[in-house]
Amino acid sequence: MSTNAQSVRGFPVPVSPRMPTRGVKLGPVSVDHVERDLSTRVSKVGLSDICLSYRTQAGERLLALDHINLQGRAGEFVCVVGPSGCGKSTLLHLIAGLHPQTSGQILIDGNPVQGPGTDRILIFQEHGLFPWLTVAQNVEFGMKMKGLPKAEREEKMRHYLRLVHLGKFEKSYIHQLSGGMRQRVAIARALATEPDVLLMDEPFAALDAQTRDLLHDELERIWSETGRTIIFVTHNVREAVRLGDRVVLLTFRPGRVKSEFPVSLPRPRSLEDPEVALAAREVLDELRDEINQSLEAEYKVGIKPHIEPGDEQ
Amino acid sequence: MKRAARYILFYGALLALWTLLAKLKIWPPYLFPTPWGVAESLYAGFQDHTYWIAIRVSMQRVIIGYGISVVLGMILGLGVASNKFLEETMGGLLVSLQSLPSICWWPLALLWFGLNQNAILFVVVMGSLLSVTLAMEDGRKQMPKIFGQAGRNLGAKGFKLFWYVLLPASLPFIVSGLKQGWAFAWRSLITAEMLYLSLGLGQVLMMGRDLNDMSAVMAVMILIIALGYIVDGVVFKSMERHLQNKWGLTPA
Repeated sequence: MSTNAQSVRGFPVPVSPRMPTRGVKLGPVSVDHVERDLSTRVSKVGLSDICLSYRTQAGERLLALDHINLQGRAGEFVCVVGPSGCGKSTLLHLIAGLHPQTSGQILIDGNPVQGPGTDRILIFQEHGLFPWLTVAQNVEFGMKMKGLPKAEREEKMRHYLRLVHLGKFEKSYIHQLSGGMRQRVAIARALATEPDVLLMDEPFAALDAQTRDLLHDELERIWSETGRTIIFVTHNVREAVRLGDRVVLLTFRPGRVKSEFPVSLPRPRSLEDPEVALAAREVLDELRDEINQSLEAEYKVGIKPHIEPGDEQ
Repeated sequence: MKRAARYILFYGALLALWTLLAKLKIWPPYLFPTPWGVAESLYAGFQDHTYWIAIRVSMQRVIIGYGISVVLGMILGLGVASNKFLEETMGGLLVSLQSLPSICWWPLALLWFGLNQNAILFVVVMGSLLSVTLAMEDGRKQMPKIFGQAGRNLGAKGFKLFWYVLLPASLPFIVSGLKQGWAFAWRSLITAEMLYLSLGLGQVLMMGRDLNDMSAVMAVMILIIALGYIVDGVVFKSMERHLQNKWGLTPA
């Protein structure tokens, strides 16, 4: 695995509007600014005025998401950060079509989302793989549901397992793999259904730091090779800045879009880059500020916000 | 090796005790058969094909009856687990019905189906259906939600979702219930067969009683135990082992 890391670091960076070669642009900016920056790209995922409310067991009506507006352009890597409980995971479930929103509209390529669809695949934090199937069967699962012929399924399965460097583990069962390998299988399984949009719900949160660094590199490489649109949810600001073209910050309950930070650092990046740390610091300041405010408002006391700023050395 | 030695020691002692009691002639042989008398009965029963036929008939019935229970029980259990109304209403009824020995259905079964195989099958189904239903309901609830979500996310829905995701995901949680259902089915079958001329093992056992041949009765009892044990030990054990290997669960 260490050899992979080497080659990933040296991966040639294609010059594209997605990847400006230099320059640090930071700080909360208006949405206009972001749109201008990426105006050449087609909107892939569009969330307009998404609200979600539910009834608690006490019978109260609770607003979880409040008028979320978010655009993900084709091929864009969007990171959504926020304190736990801000509804960022729920947001992904809505986009995946696993739950209906209370109001608002989710558009994929201009078409409203109605239930789950294989054009958007969600990668869970953990345990999303099927333990009764082998690695190969897991990767083939989505294609099997689509009714693809066996030969085609196998070919694609091999291709995507190679892409995540797990070609030798076709016949293994999930419990035989390490946490990092499992998430790579999950990525291969998601990619194998050839979705336009990858939804990632804190996929690396349960992994150790070394494994996570490696998977960051792999994900960045796979993303630039496949050109998928990625919406990546995390509570780790450093991770968001390291991976994203843009970091969207959500407020604590109810979740609202507080601000957006375009990240135009050159790729490939690393979690240890001082620029990444610097950028993360700015996002974090605003996030912490936000959480303090909302917590103070709720409890009238200054409780330390529950966020993890990432691996700050 | 050690385990085998322990087995031999235990069963040898049991057999010796039995022989001793029979030899002492405390009870007349027609009340307390000797081990070799039972062995002779077993040999004779297999020799004249009575036992082969009885085993075949009984196994056929229990497989059909249990099969119906498994299919119906899975549908029912899934329904109860996924519908709040059904859970509140039928859930309680199912639990309370389980305290009813299935042979209590026999008089009604006779009236509804007549004096034939279907009445026996009905009793078998009533015996094991509840275990399977409750196991399935429980399994569906214990099964992590994420499997269903991941399945739907990857494009599985309706029957495909049930067959390829929900069923295999809940198997480790329902296998003990399936096993229990099997045991109930087997007992219900033998009981029902004893009440009616039916060719099965239960009837052969009653035949021994009618002929006052306790060796034959015990021979059939041993057969019933052996068959029940073989299915449990071979079918369900290998199923459990298979699941443990796949899921990486350690045997309890």
